[in-house]
Amino acid sequence: MRLSKLFSGAIFLLAANVALAQTPSYSNVGRTPTKEEIQAWDISIGPDGKGLPAGQGTAKDGAPIFAAKCAVCHGAQGEGGKIGPRVVGGIADTETLTTLKPVRTVGGYWPYATSVYDFIHRAMPRDQSGTLTPNEVYALTAFILFKSGIIQEGDVLDQKTLPKVKMPNRNGFVPARFEDIPDEHKRGCTQGICP
Amino acid sequence: MNPKQTDRRRFLKNGAALAGLAVGASASALPAAAEPALEKVDELHLYGERSHYVTAVRNGSINNPERRLKDEPVAFGLRTPLQDSVGMITPSSLHFTISHGFEPPDIDPKEHHLLIHGMVDRPLIFSVDEIKRLPFVTRFHFVECHGNSSPRGPGGDARIAANATPQETHGFTSCSQWTGVLLSTLLKEAGVQKTATWIIAEGADEPKHSKSIPIGKAWDDALVAYGQNGEPVRPEQGFPLRLIVPGWQGINNVKWLRRIDLVDEPYMAMMETSRYPSMRLDGKSRWFEFELGPKSVITRPAGGYKMPGPGFHEITGLAWSGAGAVKRVEVSTDGGRTWKDAQLHDPIARKAHTRFSSPWTWDGKETILLSRCTDDQSTVQPTIAQVAKLWNADIDFLLKTQQVVGDFNAIQPWKVNADGSVQNALV
Repeated sequence: MRLSKLFSGAIFLLAANVALAQTPSYSNVGRTPTKEEIQAWDISIGPDGKGLPAGQGTAKDGAPIFAAKCAVCHGAQGEGGKIGPRVVGGIADTETLTTLKPVRTVGGYWPYATSVYDFIHRAMPRDQSGTLTPNEVYALTAFILFKSGIIQEGDVLDQKTLPKVKMPNRNGFVPARFEDIPDEHKRGCTQGICP
Repeated sequence: MNPKQTDRRRFLKNGAALAGLAVGASASALPAAAEPALEKVDELHLYGERSHYVTAVRNGSINNPERRLKDEPVAFGLRTPLQDSVGMITPSSLHFTISHGFEPPDIDPKEHHLLIHGMVDRPLIFSVDEIKRLPFVTRFHFVECHGNSSPRGPGGDARIAANATPQETHGFTSCSQWTGVLLSTLLKEAGVQKTATWIIAEGADEPKHSKSIPIGKAWDDALVAYGQNGEPVRPEQGFPLRLIVPGWQGINNVKWLRRIDLVDEPYMAMMETSRYPSMRLDGKSRWFEFELGPKSVITRPAGGYKMPGPGFHEITGLAWSGAGAVKRVEVSTDGGRTWKDAQLHDPIARKAHTRFSSPWTWDGKETILLSRCTDDQSTVQPTIAQVAKLWNADIDFLLKTQQVVGDFNAIQPWKVNADGSVQNALV
């Protein structure tokens, strides 16, 4: 009896160690992807610019690309159309945020310029996503930010400069601190609403 | 061949013979004609259909551009007809769907893979068949849009119309029995590094929806589901693999899941930074809210229903909470002056719809029906006044803002008129 208790205790300890070390438990289920596979799949862009590819573009480069590939849905000046929402809008839009009809444009609402690159690259143009080159995505991002009065027409966006673009509504979100984001209960959230 | 089949075959052959005679076909053609006819009859029964007398369907639209071009009204998605529901499971065919204006992708499960990479010791790629070889769990969970039951949006003004049914007021929630592999099982296989604090989950749909999720939830109860209500997850629900993030805003439950990236901060994806934060009166937006609060709705008698007359009528509805199991549901038949505990029906599962009922004898007079849910964390579903207080706003703001009021879980009032008609009283 005692022996079996000891034995099961040992198994428990062993199991705990396995869990801690996160050793694989299931043989020949799943395989190791190649570096090239991961590279091809990994399209996430972090707010600090992690994942941004080499390449560059300006608003001037972006204007003809926008006219050819985006204007059909988003309007010639990015003012929005029947299919695509308005994508151009600047600091004036942030003033609508305290009204009953807030306007959430890229320039007036989005807190990170990196999200603009990320979304254009992963989702646009509609039904042809993934076809734009890094240079084209940088240029389109620059075009939208220039039209929104956030950067200059000749500003070059690339891996280094894009994450540094200051968006007007960057401080418009609560909680402001990243470290307060994950744990709702510690943050004193009630019924899904956090202070 | 068993006797029953023989009988049936004979019956069908005779039927075919009669039909043949009726159109004057030659007798020699009969045997050949009878065989395909038999297969056709069997085919009809291979995949069952509901009675043609049953007509409950989703309403809304998928917000597709074709409709926009024609200036046709578009809704945010398709809502579940809760007023016609029984039990706590939503038929997969009636599960609500929101896909931000895109059609579900047509994915061959043999071609689909799930990649786990980033801050892990062993990046791994799984085929769908490999996922199915791993230890699995089967659990009841609701999926609910964070804008469900919000005064405006995602349903638009339909939600606050006097003639709104539970489908218009609360139809962006559905509950299924999900089968899949716990995400923690996959994470252990990959060996998550200590620096990883968030996961980025990504779908294989056209806009490749991506969502940042704190890693604690990934270790807790998130699962990679391939089964829904006894069959493969439906295409509109993420076939062949989807993430289920129990009790959290629907947007986290990434459909057509193809990639999990282990990272050390939220990646500020489009939906989580620009569409899903909720606006406050002071212009600040609440972002990265996850857990949905306790909520309930009476589904019958409710908006759009007509009471047959005074007398007995069992009240029934659904209650749920993102924090855990439903502990208690109270029902009021006098506008909130008195409350009575409703009966909760099994199964009562964590982060799942729970069916409740309460006997009622209507006296034929005008009244208001209410239901109030308390979850196992003892959190009580609030009144609209209490929600307004949390928002530091007045009720008028909640009703008039053109934005989605995220996580809106106020008590839903239904007004029973003297003529027996039932109306939405949150207008």
